[in-house]
Amino acid sequence: MRTRYRLLVVLGAVLLCGCVSSIDQVTKTDQSAVQMRSYQERAFDTADKEQTLRSVIATLQDLGFVLDKADLDLGMVTGTKLSGYELRVTVTVRPRGDTQMLVRINAGYEEKAVKDLKFYQDFFTALEKAMFLTAHEVD
Amino acid sequence: MRAPRATWHGLISAALIGLGCLFVAGCQTPPENAMELSPDSLKLRQLQTRRVEGIDEKALLAASVGVLQDLGFNIDETETQLGVIVASKKRSAIDTADIISSSLETLAIDLALSLVFGDHYSSDGEISIDVTQKIRISIVTRPALDSSGQPRKDAQVIRVTIQRLVWDDEGTLVHAESIEDPKVYQKFFDRLSKSIFLELQAI
Repeated sequence: MRTRYRLLVVLGAVLLCGCVSSIDQVTKTDQSAVQMRSYQERAFDTADKEQTLRSVIATLQDLGFVLDKADLDLGMVTGTKLSGYELRVTVTVRPRGDTQMLVRINAGYEEKAVKDLKFYQDFFTALEKAMFLTAHEVD
Repeated sequence: MRAPRATWHGLISAALIGLGCLFVAGCQTPPENAMELSPDSLKLRQLQTRRVEGIDEKALLAASVGVLQDLGFNIDETETQLGVIVASKKRSAIDTADIISSSLETLAIDLALSLVFGDHYSSDGEISIDVTQKIRISIVTRPALDSSGQPRKDAQVIRVTIQRLVWDDEGTLVHAESIEDPKVYQKFFDRLSKSIFLELQAI
């Protein structure tokens, strides 16, 4: 009887939580790459990578982040915001043709990737102000 | 037919675990305004920013590293080309004033409850004490702009942001916060001016 009871508990938990091994988390995504990029990525009409990265850094500081890493050659910045919670973002900046820079941000909140559209929109709204440029959607 | 009680027990437990999973998973989205500029952001920016004249960006970064070393920070990351320094230190978070006030609070509660429930009432008297903290700081410099909007070589703008994580005596994370106390930044910049002075003398 005891075994059956345990079995049921485990079975129930697996059914309801989904059968995911914790190692699968390494390559797990909830959405297609195209779908994710559509809200994580915007293009700006500038060819200046350094200035774009400096604007990204200033924006993150305005939003209450402390930086973790920055690299001009790779065009990336990582920062963490602590405000009763822990929010970590990575922003990459790379050229798109000769006239645009492509800015992409991804975020992790506690133990999950952030999928909230407003979250990303808010970031680009703040970045637009720092860049004095409009963020274009990328098809 | 025999209704096995354990089966029901199992089903209920499984359902509860499942609900728990859903609940935890459902709550893991950042607060609505996490990426919005707060009304305080301008004030904070002023608090955390200074303009430094008569120094180039590299020398200012070097002076900043000097201050961080004076304050016992370890440098975690630097990117000179973007004017970025990241540093951290682990320190004690024991605050004697805090311990005394929370002990007094517990005593007062015990006393009040004793009056209500009789003389023998005593809570377990557990006081959680903040013991360790990790302080993280990022320093970002950029050239100040001249009247025509061009970056200047001999004037910089520097912005410092500080945050900390605090753990209690059981190793539980109790605070994760940005430091917004003006005094902290004022002290930091006072130290920085001295370090800049030394840096400029060395050149």
